[in-house]
Amino acid sequence: MATRLPEVDAVCLGVGLVGTLLGRELTRAGLKVVGLERGPPRHTVPDFQGPQMHDELRYAVRKALMQDNTKETVTFRNNAGQTALPIRRWESFLPGTGLGGSMVHWNGQTYRFQDTDFRMRSHSIERYGEKFIAPDLAIQDWGVTAAELEPHYDRFEYLLGTSGKAGNLKGRKQDGGNPFEDPRSRDYPTPPMKEPYGSAMFRKAAAELGYHPFPQPSSNLSQPYTNPEGVSLKACMFCGYCERFGCEHYAKSTPQTILLPILEKEKNFELRTGCQITRIHLDHSGRHATGVSYVDASGREFEQPARLFIMGMYALNNVRMLLLSGIGKPYDPKTRSGVVGRNYAYQTMSAPKVFFDRSININPFMRSGANGTLIADFVSDNFDHGPHGFVGGAYIGEVMTNGRPIEFHPTPSGTPAWGSAWKKAVVEHYNHTSVMSVHGSSVSTVYNYLDLDPTYKDAWGLPLLRMTFDFHDNDLKMSAFITEKAVEIGKAMGARQVEGTPRKGPYTITQYQTTHNTGGTVMGSDPTTSVVNPWLQSWDVPNLFVIGASNFPQNASYNPTNTVGALALRAAEAIVTRYLKNPGPLVST
Amino acid sequence: MQDASRRQFLKTAGAAAVAGAALPAASAPLPAPAAKAGTGARDAYVFFNPQEARFIEAAVARLIPLDDIGPGAREVGVQNYLDKQLGGAWGAGERLYRSGPWKEGMPSQGYQLPYTPAELFRTALRAVDDDVQKQKGKRFDALPPAEQDAYLTLLQKGGKDLGGVPSAVFFESLLGMTIEGYFSDPVYGGNRDMLAWKMIGFPGAYAGYYHLVDQHGIKFEREPMSLAEGVRGDVHVDPDIPADGVYHDGHGAAPTGGDHDAPRGGGRS
Repeated sequence: MATRLPEVDAVCLGVGLVGTLLGRELTRAGLKVVGLERGPPRHTVPDFQGPQMHDELRYAVRKALMQDNTKETVTFRNNAGQTALPIRRWESFLPGTGLGGSMVHWNGQTYRFQDTDFRMRSHSIERYGEKFIAPDLAIQDWGVTAAELEPHYDRFEYLLGTSGKAGNLKGRKQDGGNPFEDPRSRDYPTPPMKEPYGSAMFRKAAAELGYHPFPQPSSNLSQPYTNPEGVSLKACMFCGYCERFGCEHYAKSTPQTILLPILEKEKNFELRTGCQITRIHLDHSGRHATGVSYVDASGREFEQPARLFIMGMYALNNVRMLLLSGIGKPYDPKTRSGVVGRNYAYQTMSAPKVFFDRSININPFMRSGANGTLIADFVSDNFDHGPHGFVGGAYIGEVMTNGRPIEFHPTPSGTPAWGSAWKKAVVEHYNHTSVMSVHGSSVSTVYNYLDLDPTYKDAWGLPLLRMTFDFHDNDLKMSAFITEKAVEIGKAMGARQVEGTPRKGPYTITQYQTTHNTGGTVMGSDPTTSVVNPWLQSWDVPNLFVIGASNFPQNASYNPTNTVGALALRAAEAIVTRYLKNPGPLVST
Repeated sequence: MQDASRRQFLKTAGAAAVAGAALPAASAPLPAPAAKAGTGARDAYVFFNPQEARFIEAAVARLIPLDDIGPGAREVGVQNYLDKQLGGAWGAGERLYRSGPWKEGMPSQGYQLPYTPAELFRTALRAVDDDVQKQKGKRFDALPPAEQDAYLTLLQKGGKDLGGVPSAVFFESLLGMTIEGYFSDPVYGGNRDMLAWKMIGFPGAYAGYYHLVDQHGIKFEREPMSLAEGVRGDVHVDPDIPADGVYHDGHGAAPTGGDHDAPRGGGRS
């Protein structure tokens, strides 16, 4: 029998980035907030300290900071004709768990999506005509513009302390920044990071080819910084243990380093860790949430009633929790109706290798999760797609993050996988190879979606989420076109040899690509094609806000975290200034 | 010739305290090099039985052989790494979703066998031993290197059923774990004396390279650092300044915990 707890004003489901941001905004507005986090509490000291944190086997290979597959995983198939099977170990993507969520192990790559991304369908039709978009693509507009989101991007970047160089200040182009970005109200809070060797060679080669290289915006800071909340961060040391690791240096912007020290002292905020949420309860009307059930680390069941619910779990888990709670109509690919689980998308990646002579010491281990140089010439709609027959794009960058040798020991194709010849090739190329990133968008389609698995269960006996996903030809064409451009840049870097293989289907969960799982609780202006309105409020249950990359109707060329943060702050503002005064739908239907 | 080069390696690696002065003939299993005191890497197996150990020792020595480029997997103790991993939580299925039903699935769906790593190795190693004895009339470790390579290639290509374990799956696990043991921190039992890191020039667990990252093309020649050294190890431009976790910022030593101002000085003063 579950213990029923006293009602509170608001519950944050998950205390990662979203739970931390909303916890802060809601307690500041005077609400009493409970944060429910399934994983353990974690802090820079003592949990992320060196040298123990610098353990490739434990953290990068065995994935110590990630959601434990023995308790909870996802099932996967490429298409609805196959039987989905459980992802028994994470490889393709890595959902985190614990206080701070997946942002603890992010790389800090901090981009703004472009206005053309937020209006992908309408913009594509305006420029190329309706027929240009393949009929089985489900791409749609977000219901928000870049201009509307700008103040929130700005606020979030100043909270993070992001290091970079503006390319467009209030409409005026700035030398050295990204010339394709939409206007920003002010420059980045801290200057760009130091430029590593491979990135410098990339910059020169890209500029010679007529492209527009700029420093990667980074939330591994270039210098010490105190954010508007009064929390101080330090400068990145380029240790090469960033993604998949916690930062020992207080240099990576995470909930722990930007806001949690304030929130954890807030008397109106109560953090409960080790709490696995199993369901959101609705009243008889089915349009009002009354509480959440959870099981604590010792197996005791609780029900926490509240008046307002902020769902900020990992994108995939947001979708699953709505399905488990019976909130919103699940998407059915046969009838193409329903919304929950609709428009799952990912990222279309390739990684050309640039092999240099042994006289060139790349020193791949002197890197950070977000450092280096890239071009946006092929991002979004920054080039004419007319001749190419695809929508979307990719950035090309020399943005290596590490030289950890279990996973990083590049060899040219044709090298045997073992034996003396393999070893010789590893020694010859380890310190003399640069790897580029072709970081591409991912369209939503009518076939790719998320629902509950009919067979496999988690440790609490609840159905796992089922992912049905494969790459659409649109994205494979995009990857082929842009990977070729990357190879040209690699050759211009003075390489001995460049190898670039575009992304090929079928999608496989056996190879790491990115942890940028998007969609499933899509935002939009039309309740028949979205789960939440442009303020991230559930169309069906107005006292529930669902926030995360699950709101993206399709995924853009850039990394998602900055957009998640900006959307979360925009939702928080709407809740505080509008919803709390008059609880109910913020958009009438 | 192989033994000669191994002997030479053991000598130069300063780990020649092997039982008996002379190394045995090629047909007998080689005794492992003794570990440096305190690193605990002597081959005292907790998981492998003697028969399994002979295969593992011989196989890892072919997957990453000793040659004039550097040490092989055997010399740096990869067999110990495998033994500890398979005998511990990883072998027992740590972080592995283990509920049925069990179906073969598509390659894109990844590993779908019911075996834990320990079960997978135990099952496959028994089948391999039977198979080699049946075909060759002797054990794997007694075969000449060329025949060992040919047999490993056969496993790699797949199609062989090792008591229920597809040989390609076993080979992939064996090779993957061999590379892990070769390049992981020595605290896990392989990469003894950080010899594999030294070979490729990976510095290990240092706390950062802030002062070096913009010295493009610099050759990093400091000794690598292991977790076992227990210091943070900030690296400074001046090689005379030790990477010892003491902050040379003019304010005396600071404890660990990140309460330091960075970027710090400590350059060429």
